Amino acid sequence: MSWIDLFRNKKRNTAATAKERLQIVISHERTRQSQPDLITAMQAEILSIIAKYLGIPNDKIQEQVKVDVERRGEHSVLELNITLPESAHNKVLPKETAAEEA
Amino acid sequence: MAEVIVVTSGKGGVGKTTSSAALGTGLALKGYRTVVVDFDVGLRNLDLIMGCERRVVYDLVNVVKQEANLNQALIKDKRLEELYILPASQTRDKDALDIDGVARVIEELKAANFDYIICDSPAGIEKGALMALYFADRAIVVTNPEVSSVRDSDRILGILASKSKRAEEKLEPIREHLLVTRYSPSRVERGDMLALSDIEELLAIPLLGVIPESLAVLRASNSGIPVTFDQESDAGQAYLDAVDRFLGHKVPLRFVNTKKRTLLQRLFKAKEGATA
Repeated sequence: MSWIDLFRNKKRNTAATAKERLQIVISHERTRQSQPDLITAMQAEILSIIAKYLGIPNDKIQEQVKVDVERRGEHSVLELNITLPESAHNKVLPKETAAEEA
Repeated sequence: MAEVIVVTSGKGGVGKTTSSAALGTGLALKGYRTVVVDFDVGLRNLDLIMGCERRVVYDLVNVVKQEANLNQALIKDKRLEELYILPASQTRDKDALDIDGVARVIEELKAANFDYIICDSPAGIEKGALMALYFADRAIVVTNPEVSSVRDSDRILGILASKSKRAEEKLEPIREHLLVTRYSPSRVERGDMLALSDIEELLAIPLLGVIPESLAVLRASNSGIPVTFDQESDAGQAYLDAVDRFLGHKVPLRFVNTKKRTLLQRLFKAKEGATA
């Protein structure tokens, strides 16, 4: 706040801030209410696809694949962190080199 | 045919019990046979607000558990012929209520020729609140012009639309009404309080009434006389207007704008206004 603001007596309209914040939170909660298990269902499906293509056994999948949903401002970010197992790495790599060679 | 009305809010302390008592009194004043049922088992207060705390013998839980019959538990108001209250139990908790028992009590009240059965909901979204709203035909959502109350009201609207009997049986949905309480036009004018139009826009349900922040409400609860009896007061008149609208009459809104003051009044009231 600069010194000149002291003389302006310009009050921040907190009611307007309240309304904006409520608009965001309410719309977010309404969409979640109508599809409560969307994220968990999607997580399960993503996990099963990764398990299938990378050959990760089911009991290891939780520790090698991390699925997170994070809110950044007005957006939701779905974050996937996959630790590729040695076996999967070996499976993928030869194909790529083969493609390069060809 | 009796109508079941739930007075609900999600958030506590916004004026559910005050409004249940005031609206119930208003309906009885208009000649409708009305009962106000306290669903706040364990934290009963409707009896205090309606001034019959020393006349409670049996309560809602006794009737639900068939330990007493309905007539033993109903308390007739001393001031109004058509007004009754069914108090909550003070010694048990919400788990003492079950859906079949509550259904039976509602049926018995309908059979006892009541026009309106007002269910005063406890705060929260747990069992007590769900029991209070389950059988509702109409809902009065009590909201303060304040962020947490508005958010909780929206949450309760979601629950009314998904967990009530009408929702579960895919009947015509509960008719929802917005009742804004503790409204202060001067604070709204200064930009310190959410305006009525903001709340209506956010919650998007029809407005039943606006009750101004008023000393009369505290005075009424101090003396156990529902504020509707204080027809000199702004809050009392605002509740009566809300009752008229509830009954389908068109009544213009009052107490939503600041009073225009003369220059002299402004000078003298300036300090008072700043602390209001």
